[in-house]
Amino acid sequence: MSVIVSVQNVRKTYDGGFEALTGASLDIQEGEIIALLGPNGAGKTTLISTICGISSLTSGNITVAGMDIARDYRKVRAMIGLVPQEIALEPFETVINSVRFSRGLFGRAKNEAYLDEILKTLSLFDKKEAKVMALSGGMKRRVLIAKALAHEPKVLFLDEPTAGVDVELRKDMWNTVAKLKGQGVTIILTTHYIEEAEAIADRIAVINGGEILLVEDKAALMARMGKKQIRIELLEPVQEIPAKLAPYGLELAPDGAGLTYAYDINAERTGITGLLNDLQAAGLQMRDVQTQQSSLEDIFVDLVQEDGA
Amino acid sequence: MNFQAIAAIYTFEMARFFRTLKQSFISPVLSTSLYFVVFGTAIGSRMEAVDGVDYGAFIVPGLIMLSVMTQSISNASFGIYFPKFIGTIYELLSAPVNFLEIVIGYVGAAATKSLFIGLVILGTAYLFVDLDIQHPIAMMSFLLLTCLSFSLLGFIIGIWAGNFEQLNLVPMLVVTPLVFLGGSFYSISMLPEFWQTVTLFNPVVYLISGFRWAFFGTADVAIGISLGAIGLFTLACMGFIWWIFKTGWRIRS
Repeated sequence: MSVIVSVQNVRKTYDGGFEALTGASLDIQEGEIIALLGPNGAGKTTLISTICGISSLTSGNITVAGMDIARDYRKVRAMIGLVPQEIALEPFETVINSVRFSRGLFGRAKNEAYLDEILKTLSLFDKKEAKVMALSGGMKRRVLIAKALAHEPKVLFLDEPTAGVDVELRKDMWNTVAKLKGQGVTIILTTHYIEEAEAIADRIAVINGGEILLVEDKAALMARMGKKQIRIELLEPVQEIPAKLAPYGLELAPDGAGLTYAYDINAERTGITGLLNDLQAAGLQMRDVQTQQSSLEDIFVDLVQEDGA
Repeated sequence: MNFQAIAAIYTFEMARFFRTLKQSFISPVLSTSLYFVVFGTAIGSRMEAVDGVDYGAFIVPGLIMLSVMTQSISNASFGIYFPKFIGTIYELLSAPVNFLEIVIGYVGAAATKSLFIGLVILGTAYLFVDLDIQHPIAMMSFLLLTCLSFSLLGFIIGIWAGNFEQLNLVPMLVVTPLVFLGGSFYSISMLPEFWQTVTLFNPVVYLISGFRWAFFGTADVAIGISLGAIGLFTLACMGFIWWIFKTGWRIRS
């Protein structure tokens, strides 16, 4: 895989003096889905806006397919599709005319069959001739996606694509994103929903305070940062942990009826068998055993808190 | 040159016009008819001919100019202000287009609309007065240039405006007075000498005078000066718009 979008040390200071990006660097691989995670005001939208040409950058370099975004703006922008965070659509125009406009604006010749195909993929085909103002919020959001796809972009930016979209539709959207990836489109999405990143992204980039804190393969990140726990409920509460169990570093619940054991899932020996044997040997009887794995959400919260500290 | 983009913008903007075709058609016809009834027939019948032209006919070029200028400004300013207002400007800013393509698309559409309205008014005028256009080609050229240059001005106003009030401010406070004082309803030779001099600083005088010359062969100022003035005005607007897109003034953060 090769790098398709390269962001090098980008700074963006707005006219009011607010520094939204403080030296962000990020390489996006061709064909991947990368999720940009970050709290409000972290610089997610600013980063996307500078890559797409909506905001000018104060310093730094951005290239797309090896071309500078300012010098080769025509070639670069023709490759990029953008779905903005806010719903912004001409209310009095029909769905199909809005999509046609986008295709033309990006320099593509008419192709009604292709546009019909997009509308079908996004379940908008039966609303083709409807006015945008008559659509529901979820449909409007899909019209934005249709517009962004109208010129057959190679790179698609989705700025919070599922904000305010119900659960069912969100799953549909994820399927659409997966389908696009299948067609070779590189996808960059920002999201507040960590489960969304967890569900569809190949890689995760965490952004905070205007810089990229970390970029990592999702599975590797979760494996590295992810902790697994066993929670054991006892039949009868104990006052303290028996001395024999000291090496396991157990945590006793305040009511004395629960023990928690944390272990590394990547380690060769997790120590679970030994623990269970020793529990029995110490004469403790178990009511229930549960395992828990930390989610991307926990990892994210940890990272951002560390950064803030 | 991204011709697809120009065509897309132009078509999209014209669609807005066709959606409201009835209003676009009826309002100029109605207001022109009112002007003819009041100024042409009621007042005009008591007035002598101006420069040998019947007063009813004399006001036709001024009336067309009045509508074409205000329509050009309001169409073009609304055309670019509305995407800013509803947020769809993001698409324009992220598209592979340069300022010239954007301007040709938006200003071209706005100028087309006001040209249509100008011709409708001319058609309506024929119902009330006898008109014999002496220089039809010059008349059309003046009309086109006016549509174009005032649409450019409207485009600038649309980018400058931060709210709907400001959008109406310049047309109301600047353009309407300039047009009324620019000889729409009188020849500037009717004014006292001092005011004749003052009037020469009003750019609209040159447009109306040139346009009237195309109709009747008589003018307040030489036709060459009229053409030069409108050419200069168009260039100034283009230059300003080029600067807007170069610096991102009021459009790119």
